[in-house]
Amino acid sequence: MLQPETINKTNHYDAIIIGAGPAGLTAGIYLSRARARTLILNEGVVGGQMVLTHEIANYPGVEKTGGYQLSNIMKKQARSFGCEIRANIRISELHLEGDIKQVILSDGNAYTGNAVILAPGGRPRTMGADGESTFKGRGISYCATCDGDFFTGKEIVVVGGGNSALEEAVSLTKYVTKVTIVHQFDHFQAYQHAIDEAQSNPKIHFILNSTISAFHGSESLTSVDIQNLKTGEIREFKTDGAFIFIGYLPNTEFLAKIIELNEKGEIIVNGDMETSVRGVLAAGDCIAKRYRQVTTAIGDGTIAALSALNHLHQIKTRKSI
Amino acid sequence: MLQTNLKHIESASDHQKILEENENVMICCGRMGPMCLPVYDIMEEFEPLYSHVKFYDMDFDIPDARVIRNAPECRGFMGLPFTVYYKNGKIVKATSSIQNEQQVRAILDSEFGNI
Repeated sequence: MLQPETINKTNHYDAIIIGAGPAGLTAGIYLSRARARTLILNEGVVGGQMVLTHEIANYPGVEKTGGYQLSNIMKKQARSFGCEIRANIRISELHLEGDIKQVILSDGNAYTGNAVILAPGGRPRTMGADGESTFKGRGISYCATCDGDFFTGKEIVVVGGGNSALEEAVSLTKYVTKVTIVHQFDHFQAYQHAIDEAQSNPKIHFILNSTISAFHGSESLTSVDIQNLKTGEIREFKTDGAFIFIGYLPNTEFLAKIIELNEKGEIIVNGDMETSVRGVLAAGDCIAKRYRQVTTAIGDGTIAALSALNHLHQIKTRKSI
Repeated sequence: MLQTNLKHIESASDHQKILEENENVMICCGRMGPMCLPVYDIMEEFEPLYSHVKFYDMDFDIPDARVIRNAPECRGFMGLPFTVYYKNGKIVKATSSIQNEQQVRAILDSEFGNI
């Protein structure tokens, strides 16, 4: 456990936030505006999964915006209050016990803080099927907005049965001649309006109770093996592309044995976003919860920041007694 | 023009001149899209660290970007961005779609030498 005399004041913060998606940036805005010295450390691109969203039309108070634009505004807002942001870092060690928490980066830099907010977000789940990594960017895509136009006039498959899969399948019909949705169940998890829109689109076809077990091709993808999950039968299916939308995995591997996680690797929190370790809060897509939206991440980030401020106040009060 | 902090290549002649004048060059050819932005960010982070490598971006939709779009090493690419690594004017590696920091670092280190 770190002792106060070991603190390097330059690298000491009231709060350290790990992750710069909407949850982390919101926490950064609240904490720095409350004059808490705040550092955000982020392993990937600032904005997290939000930047993967082409259009956000249900963010209250904003009629329509892009995920990239929204994340840029949040980043500027956090910085305007004095929040420091370091992107593309890698965490090598994390010491969260006691009043002084420490984060050590792979470049050797070490930072201490009295509170830590974990908001590392999630990443698109991959299928793990044979050939998936070989054909990533050569026919396999995880972003319809980015790569849709490469498939103009072609036939593709979309894997998944949630909102993303069905909505992106519909948006891809602008480019392609045929979309075949491959889904592991006989029903969809998407909202009814998304199901209705996909089912009424003449370019969209469905193969249910099935999954893709392998991807084939030479320079680029030319076919997939579709396995019927009820009969086990595998058949080759010719296709020019495959878009995969099968949910997200929490980026919490580095927290195993440090923080209590559930069986899915999600961080367990209470209503105040407190984790199993005092002074450590969590927010956003990494926590155990049902709904994952930009707006819910922002709500989580706000609560985590307010709880962190309360924790900082308690430490200060304890010291002054 | 792409809104990044990288230096931009705006024409085929720019591209040619840069390759003639520099031994190690990394060019990310993309759009302001979600798969491209992380790669630009990584390049911006690496630019001051890899002083022996020149980092550029190029707008995928300008006609002159054909120098990358049509490169034989990019045949079969169907995901943005197209990221191309040149040594002495020749392509030594090309990747399609998003890459993470470790993947970019591994290529820079293996093709151009560690920092």
